[in-house]
Amino acid sequence: MKTNKFNTPTTKELELRNQKIPDGLWIKCKSCGENIYYKDLGKFKECPNCSYGMRLGAKERIEMICDDFEQINSDITVPSRFDDDKYQNKIKKAKDVTGLNESVITGFGKINGHKVGLAVMDSRFIMASLGIATGELLAKLFEGATEKQLPVIVFTASGGARMQEGINSLMQMAKVSEAINEHSKAGLLYISLITDPTFGGVTASFAMQGDIIISEPKASIGFAGRRVIENTIQQRPPEDFQQAETLLKNGFLDAIIKRSNLKSELSKILAIHEGGA
Amino acid sequence: MSEEKSAFEKVQKARNSDKISIQKLVSGLTNEFIELHGDRAYGDDSAVYSGIGMIDNQPVTIIGIQKGTNNEENVERHFGSAEPDGYRKALRLMEQAEKFKRPIITLINTPGAYPGVDAEYHGQGYMISQLILKGMQLKTPYISVIIGEGGSGGALALAVGDCVWSFENSIYSVLSPEGYATILWKNSSKVKEAADVMRLTPEELLEDGIIDKIIPEVKNDTDIENFKNMILNKISELSNMSVDDLLKKRFARYRSFK
Ligand SMILES: [Zn+2]
Repeated sequence: MKTNKFNTPTTKELELRNQKIPDGLWIKCKSCGENIYYKDLGKFKECPNCSYGMRLGAKERIEMICDDFEQINSDITVPSRFDDDKYQNKIKKAKDVTGLNESVITGFGKINGHKVGLAVMDSRFIMASLGIATGELLAKLFEGATEKQLPVIVFTASGGARMQEGINSLMQMAKVSEAINEHSKAGLLYISLITDPTFGGVTASFAMQGDIIISEPKASIGFAGRRVIENTIQQRPPEDFQQAETLLKNGFLDAIIKRSNLKSELSKILAIHEGGA
Repeated sequence: MSEEKSAFEKVQKARNSDKISIQKLVSGLTNEFIELHGDRAYGDDSAVYSGIGMIDNQPVTIIGIQKGTNNEENVERHFGSAEPDGYRKALRLMEQAEKFKRPIITLINTPGAYPGVDAEYHGQGYMISQLILKGMQLKTPYISVIIGEGGSGGALALAVGDCVWSFENSIYSVLSPEGYATILWKNSSKVKEAADVMRLTPEELLEDGIIDKIIPEVKNDTDIENFKNMILNKISELSNMSVDDLLKKRFARYRSFK
């Protein structure tokens, strides 16, 4: 093969090069592709170029949004009947990485003094897929909030239903919806905060059931995955397809809010629902 | 009756082209049926076949997701994969049924909601989420029946009734066995093995409490008559409950999946 000294590097080669840059110094924005000096991301981990919010762990998110927070039901985990080795290994790895027992943290806390029920999904836990325990944690949160007469905010991030748990995972969409319905009938506010990435059964249930639905800049949101769609229609959908900005334009989001403004905007919405208190 | 079949045989039978069509089933169940079209917002998806009719002396709303009986129909109906306008039509007719206190029967034969660009633009996820949320609150009896394939969220959208029944030769699953083999095992040829572990046959679904009853496969007029009687009995049982009790029981059914 002929070698060319002045070869333009391929995207793959550039990616490999980027990986060699010491950790924590430079980060490539998933959305605009820009390389960003770590410190320029700021404490909210936003891309200074396109405002995309880098993916966060659930604990990190809670620290950004809450004055104080108390987790509930932290012991709930995957039912032991799912004893397949491959799945068990995945769970173990996810637990090690996140320090969580399931793909969502639920609990009660305060946002600028406003009391709320809060759930935050952690995409490092098996793509924050919706398993039985995930569904149970969310249902219990809505039930607890109904009892306490509190609003609920759910930060979604999920690949969808958890395939390893079969149709039981599909049933969680109905189970969580049922708890949301009870909460709603009590006249309580549910804010769905759709973060990057949210897909499948989560989009087709609680992510889209909020009284108010908010997302962050450039978040990927959809029902079917891009690859499934490409295979079905044998075409490439446009680049901004399944982006928060496109969903806003098409009428499926109330607002897109930059992460650095999120806490103050959420507290305004909460205040309006407390009657301006 | 047939002996125990492999799960993959069930998959094949559920998808077989000799499966009774939703239209044939509806015309066999009802002595009057008027198809009602349109979602009043965007369009009319022919993958969703819906309308009002009489089963003996009982007024009903029937909503089905159907495959085509020939190539042309299949192209138009995306092989039984509904688009958001189809789901919006379904929701509209469910709310109408509630207004007139008509029981709702859903007949499901879909590999899943359609994965397309327009489907995403028009809120595929949103529409399914609303059918699940609002379907569960309908103050009228709601019977869901899986006729052939019950694929994923696209099937669940019409399967949150007071009871969920399955035809003998049907499947209900979170994704297709092909998808399962590809995603979890990175091997699309292990479809049979996937079907074996997915617990998607009516027998397994009944054992796991996902469905409430298996309906002997409906092939001819006698079968339809039996199916019709089961529906009428169930409607009469559900109609005898107070709306409060009906909803409490329905909520409890879906809250219990652990
Ligand atoms: Zn960027």
